[in-house]
Amino acid sequence: MKGSMLIDGQRVEFNDEKHILEVIRKAGIDLPTFCYHSELSVYGACRMCMVEDKWGGTVASCSTPPKDGMEIYTNTAKLKKHRKMILELILSNHDRDCTVCEKNGRCKLQELAIRFGVKQVRFEEEKKDLMVDDSSTSIVRNPNKCILCGDCVRMCEEVQGVGVLGFAYRGSKIQVTTAFNKQMDHVNCVNCGQCRTVCPTGALVIKKDMERAWDALYDKNKRVIAQVAPAVRVALGEEFGLEPGEITMGKIVAALRKMGFDQVYDTGLAADLTVMEESEEFKKHLELNGTLPLFTSCCPAWFKYAEQKYPELLEHISSCRSPQQMFGAVIKEQFRKVKESDSKENVVIAIMPCTAKKYEAARPEYRNNGEYDVDMVITTQELAMMIKEQGIIFNELEEESLDMPFGLASGAGIIFGVSGGVAEAVLRHCVSEKTPGSLKDLAFVGVRGLDGVKEAYVELEGKEIKIAVVHGLKNAEKLIKSIQSGEKNYDFVEVMACPGGCIGGAGQPIPQSVQVRSQRAKGIYSADNSSPIKRSEENPTIIALYNGMLRGNHKLLHRPKTL
Amino acid sequence: MISDNQYINVDTILNRYGNKKSSLIAVLQEIQNEYKYLPEDVLEYVSRKMDITPSKIFSVATFYENFSLDPKGKYIIKICDGTACHVRKSIPILNALRKELALSEKKHTTDDMLFTLETVSCLGACGLAPVITINDKVYAKMTPESAIQVLQNIREEESK
Ligand code: SF4
Ligand code: SF4
Ligand code: FES
Repeated sequence: MKGSMLIDGQRVEFNDEKHILEVIRKAGIDLPTFCYHSELSVYGACRMCMVEDKWGGTVASCSTPPKDGMEIYTNTAKLKKHRKMILELILSNHDRDCTVCEKNGRCKLQELAIRFGVKQVRFEEEKKDLMVDDSSTSIVRNPNKCILCGDCVRMCEEVQGVGVLGFAYRGSKIQVTTAFNKQMDHVNCVNCGQCRTVCPTGALVIKKDMERAWDALYDKNKRVIAQVAPAVRVALGEEFGLEPGEITMGKIVAALRKMGFDQVYDTGLAADLTVMEESEEFKKHLELNGTLPLFTSCCPAWFKYAEQKYPELLEHISSCRSPQQMFGAVIKEQFRKVKESDSKENVVIAIMPCTAKKYEAARPEYRNNGEYDVDMVITTQELAMMIKEQGIIFNELEEESLDMPFGLASGAGIIFGVSGGVAEAVLRHCVSEKTPGSLKDLAFVGVRGLDGVKEAYVELEGKEIKIAVVHGLKNAEKLIKSIQSGEKNYDFVEVMACPGGCIGGAGQPIPQSVQVRSQRAKGIYSADNSSPIKRSEENPTIIALYNGMLRGNHKLLHRPKTL
Repeated sequence: MISDNQYINVDTILNRYGNKKSSLIAVLQEIQNEYKYLPEDVLEYVSRKMDITPSKIFSVATFYENFSLDPKGKYIIKICDGTACHVRKSIPILNALRKELALSEKKHTTDDMLFTLETVSCLGACGLAPVITINDKVYAKMTPESAIQVLQNIREEESK
C-alpha cells in the first residue's frame, strides 16, 4: 500500500512498509523497542513501541499497518510515562548487577533506562534466583536477566529451525528456557549464537575465552600463533566507530603483535586448502554421478545440525575439515620441530566471527596427544574487548603485514567469509578457463548476494552443474526437504548457518542488520578485488605446502573419525 | 538411545491422531491418562514422531495446570477449594491430609508413590461440599476425620 501519514507533525510517505514502526524509523525517529526485529516475525509483547493517535488512543506501532492519512505522535507526555513505567516494571525483577554484567555498556535495557531517565524503581524488587547455564562452549544463558521479549525464541525457531529455546510455565512463573530445563550442552543447540545477537540484555552472551588467551600471551614458555578469519577484518572496525565493511587487517595485525602474539596468519590460506581438497572431492563426485549433491563442511553449526537432524546426509557432506581446523593441524605440524628445539609450547588462537567455532575447536576428534589443533577461539567482539583492555588506540595504529608464509591468502580464500564465497572459490578452481573474464562471469552466475536461497548453473567440462547456496539453517532445511522429495536436485550445495554467511556470525559486533551485512560483504569482495592472487591454486604457499608437508599426506586436511 | 519399540502404546495414540501437529494437546492428554503423568522420554519420542521441537512440547506441557511432568501416586486425591468447599472448611481437610501423608505445598506425592494430593478450584459438585475425589470417585461432605478414614481404608486394601 502506498500513502502518506503525519508523524509528529511531519508528513512521511510510505510504500510497502508493513508496520507504522518502519515508517517511523524511516522518518529518522529512534523509537525504542525490545521485541521487534525486522528479520523475525512480529511478537508485540514489550509495548515500548506504543504511539498515540490524534484522538489520544495508543497502538503498538510494530504490529499496526500504516494507513493513508494517519496521524500519530511518538513522544507525548503520556507515552514517555508509559515507557518509563514499562522499564521500571522490567527492572523490578531484573538482576541489576550492571557493573559486572557481560553486557555492561551494550545492553538495550540499560541504554533505554538511561535514555528515559529511570532513576528509581517504584515497584517492590522481586529477584529471580534461577541457575546460570554456562555448560555450552559458545553461549552463556542467565535467565535472571531475561526480559521475556522472545527474540531468541523466534531467532532459533524461525531463522535457524532449531528451536531449542521456548517459553515455559505461565503467569508470574513464565520463563524462556530449554525443554525440561536441560543444560545447553544437552539440547540440540548448534552453537550458532544467533540468539545472542538479538537478545537485548545480558541473558544470552558469548562464552568468553579472553582470560585464557591473556594467560597464554603472558606465558614466556608459549609461542602464541593467531589465525584471523576473513570475516573479522571487515567488521572489527565497527567496535571502534568505523563503517561496516572497512578492511582493517593491517591494524589487526599491528594490534595482535602489540598484545604479544608471536605469529599472525590468515585463515584465508586454509580456505585455499579447502578449495583444493573440496574441488578434488567434487570432481570425483561428478565422475561417479552420485544422486545427491556434495554439501560443504566448513560451517560447524551446519555440521552439528546435520549430525542431529539429517544423519543420512553425512556421507554427502564434504570430508574436508573447516579452514579453522585445517589451519590448526597444519600449523601444529609446522611448529612441531621448532617446539622440540626451543621447548616452547605452541598455542593456536583462532580469531573468528563465530561462536560455533569455539565448539568445533573443542570437539574431541580434534585432540591429538593431549593437544588440540586449535587451542582456543576468540570472537571478533572479544578481540575488540582485548584491544581496548590493552589500551591500544586502534584507529591510530600503523598497518602491519601478516607473517609469511602462512599469512598469504588468495582472493578465493578471502571470499569464504560471505555466503556464496565457498561455491565461487571452488568454481574458480574447477573451471578450465582461467582468464579475468571468466572470473567476472563466475561473480555473476548467481552465487553472490544476501538472498536466503540462491541457485546457479555453470558449465563444467561440457556438463551443466547445478549449485545451491543457502544461509540460515531454516533455509537449509527447506532445501534438504525439496531435495529429498525429488522436487529439486543439485550437484553442489553450500550451507552457512548464519545470515549472510560468516560476516553475519554471532561473534561479530552487534547490532547486525541486512544493511550492516551487505556492507561487510562489499568489504570482502573489495579485499578479493585488491588481492593479486585470485585462485587458490595460484597461491605460492599452497603450492609449497603440497610439495612439502602435505605431499602424499592429506590427513591433516580431512575430518578425523568423529568421537 | 532408547529403542523405539518400547513406545507401542504411544504409537497407538499417535496413529489415532495421524501425527497431526494440531492434535498435540489431545495426544498429551492421552499420554497422561496412560502414564498418569508426562514422562520426559515419552515426550522426546513424541517430539521426534510429530516433528515438534521438545521445547514447544515443554511449553504446552508446563502451560496447562492439568499436565504433570512429575510421576504421580497410584491414588490421586483432589481436594476442592472452590468457593463453596472453602466456605464449608476444605482447608482443614487439606491440612489434615497433608499431615497424615507427610506432604506439603511443594511436595505432592508420597515417597511410596501411593498418594498424590492436589487442590482443584471447583469440581462442580458444590451441593456436596466439601468434596474430595480419589481417582475420580467422589466423596461428599467430608470432614478431616472422615477423609483420613478413607485413606486408612485404602491403605488396608493395599496391604492385603
Ligand atoms: S546458539 Fe543457535 S541453536 Fe543454540 S539456542 Fe542460540 S539460536 Fe538456537
Ligand atoms: S533471553 Fe534475551 S532474547 Fe531471549 S527472551 Fe530473554 S531477554 Fe529476550
Ligand atoms: S516492539 Fe512493539 S511491542 Fe515490542
